[in-house]
Amino acid sequence: MRHLLLTAAAASLTAGAAFAESHTDSVKMGVLLSFTGPIESLTPAMAAGAEMAISEASGDENFMGGMAIEPVRGDATCVDAAAATAAAERMVTSDGVTAIMGADCSGVTTAVLANVAVPNGISMISPSATSPALTEAEDDGLFFRTAPSDARQGEVLAAILSEEGISSVAVTYTNNDYGKGFADAFQAAFEEAGGEVTIAAAHEDGKGDYSAEVGALASAGGDALVVLGYVDQGGAGVMQSALDTGAFDLFALGDGMIGDSLTERFGTDIDGTIGTAPGSENEGGDVFADMASEAGIDGTSVYAGESYDAAALTILAMAKAGSASASDFKGEVMGIANAPGEQILPGELSKALQIIADGGEVDYQGATGVEFVEPGEAAGSYAQFEVQDGALTVVGYR
Amino acid sequence: MDLLNALMVLMNFVVMPATAYGAQLALGALGVTLVYGILRFSNFAHGDSMAFGTMVTILFTWALQGIGVSLGPVPTALLALPLGIAGAALMLLGTDRAVYRFYRRQKANPIILVIVSMGVMFIYNGIVRLIVGPDDRRFDDGERFIFTVRDFEAWTGLEEGFGLRTSQAITILTAIVVVAALFWFLNRTRTGKSMRAFSDNEDLALLSGINPERVVAVTWIIVAALATVAGVLYGLDKSFKPFTYFQLLLPIFAAAIVGGLGSPLGAIAGGFVIAFSEVTITYAWKRVLEYALPEAVAPDGLVQLLSTDYKFAVSFMILVIVLLFRPTGLFRGKSV
Repeated sequence: MRHLLLTAAAASLTAGAAFAESHTDSVKMGVLLSFTGPIESLTPAMAAGAEMAISEASGDENFMGGMAIEPVRGDATCVDAAAATAAAERMVTSDGVTAIMGADCSGVTTAVLANVAVPNGISMISPSATSPALTEAEDDGLFFRTAPSDARQGEVLAAILSEEGISSVAVTYTNNDYGKGFADAFQAAFEEAGGEVTIAAAHEDGKGDYSAEVGALASAGGDALVVLGYVDQGGAGVMQSALDTGAFDLFALGDGMIGDSLTERFGTDIDGTIGTAPGSENEGGDVFADMASEAGIDGTSVYAGESYDAAALTILAMAKAGSASASDFKGEVMGIANAPGEQILPGELSKALQIIADGGEVDYQGATGVEFVEPGEAAGSYAQFEVQDGALTVVGYR
Repeated sequence: MDLLNALMVLMNFVVMPATAYGAQLALGALGVTLVYGILRFSNFAHGDSMAFGTMVTILFTWALQGIGVSLGPVPTALLALPLGIAGAALMLLGTDRAVYRFYRRQKANPIILVIVSMGVMFIYNGIVRLIVGPDDRRFDDGERFIFTVRDFEAWTGLEEGFGLRTSQAITILTAIVVVAALFWFLNRTRTGKSMRAFSDNEDLALLSGINPERVVAVTWIIVAALATVAGVLYGLDKSFKPFTYFQLLLPIFAAAIVGGLGSPLGAIAGGFVIAFSEVTITYAWKRVLEYALPEAVAPDGLVQLLSTDYKFAVSFMILVIVLLFRPTGLFRGKSV
């Protein structure tokens, strides 16, 4: 019996030692995404994108002396701030992560930032939170995002409409943070450019009938109807009703409305429609798509490239600072994302790590042509779409 | 001042949509009112019965489209409608046999039946989602318009016009036919008369030799037909989504109560009252008034009583007002 106890004690000691050791020779990065909830169809590709960057750099001799990087997944749920906070808390306290790739939806990202990241000094780089409110959030310099703020998209869409000579529009938006923030940003930018917004009316998603909404929009009038909603939800319903009643012929759409089901449903009826969606003309996107398809994931899936970039930026910043502690590396992120320096595409992380080790500068481009503006968010590059002969066509980038 | 154009704007954005919507609500409310009058409980599963019947119709529509059958300019769904009604009738009769009959034999309090119908609602909810999924389904085919706004403007030379969609015309025509057939059945046939007798006084009806199980079965079949027709028309006019049908329960109940529960005529009136108030109260009258009034007094603002965000609140408001001041409804139904 005594023998057995001794063995057990010895075993637990070695286990403890092994456990402690794993803490010292690996860096843990949280991958906090909404694996359940409204965007659950997008997150597998996002997580795979982030983990591609992690496995690419893990164990590289130039990364903090060959340290491994381990991803730790957590469920952000998209809608439940308490659950997301608990998941992030667990990552920090029991797994010991020092950086989080996430979260995804704007609401839970705000909650995790305020309740977990800032109190514990953990960095967060979100690939997809686009709410304009996050620009103003108290973050101690710990929060970054590789997706642009919707405020930026509002400006881009307003600029396109002004250039097309459209001077008055009616706006309808989906009744949530995304729609409201987007509509406010658009309205401010459009009015500044001398345009007139005749009405900005919300619509609820998941209703069958939008004739009352369209009645109000039509009565207010305008050269075009700006729809800032979702293509599989109320946005398309409003457009259908507007077409049926002949209220509007010309539409301008936000990114939530850009999708194949748009042209499948309306075809040539909406020729001339203008739209914007995040997108850029860079070689990184193609490189990433090829890398992803080799790894068996869909690299063109929304925000997969942004996720790769978010994880890669964290890793390069850690390497530059030579420390996995967020308070040390948070100051390096902006420098790595922007010029000057050697341009880094997806799949070139080991080259970047080599340059950093040699004391050089890198300008991380990644899958999405990363370019950060203060206070640490993507400047935002948008593709401008037009519906031509019943098909969505990219007519330019801005 | 241009009254004709004002009238056209009103037709296009208020009268046409509200009439079609009102007809769909009226058919739904008729089903609710029949269950209330004859089986004596508020059937919360009605919205999902509509969804179930519509789902069966959609499945048969797809099958017909698959073998290349079509009705030309008229939606194929009308051909599949009888099969949808049959499917819904089987479902409702089965539910009655398995669930409601047990409580009826126990002479359960109506409030218990209401709660039971809620359970049935959740089960229908699940069945429909299991079979066709929770997504939007569009199943209309054929010609979308009888005439469009542009056609109308070209014919008349007016600045404003209105369009007539095939689905709106079918909705209104079908509603008239179905309501006429229902009233003929209730007032002229022996079975219909026995149903009304059962509704008026159950004990007297039983004494005079009416078979209650037969009355109940016929009621469920009629309810299934009404629910499926209402659901298919709504789906053709808008689109089919199980959650939307579940949400229709509120305006449908509002329509039945406003009209007077148990009164078929009231259900029809209630349907149109709810539909027209939802649309007119949230409508921005600016354009109509610009045409109708002299330029000097034409409004600058939108002239909108309530923002469209509050569309569903309108049914609630009317419901509360009616219950406060005339609890039996417009047509003297049973008080709730």
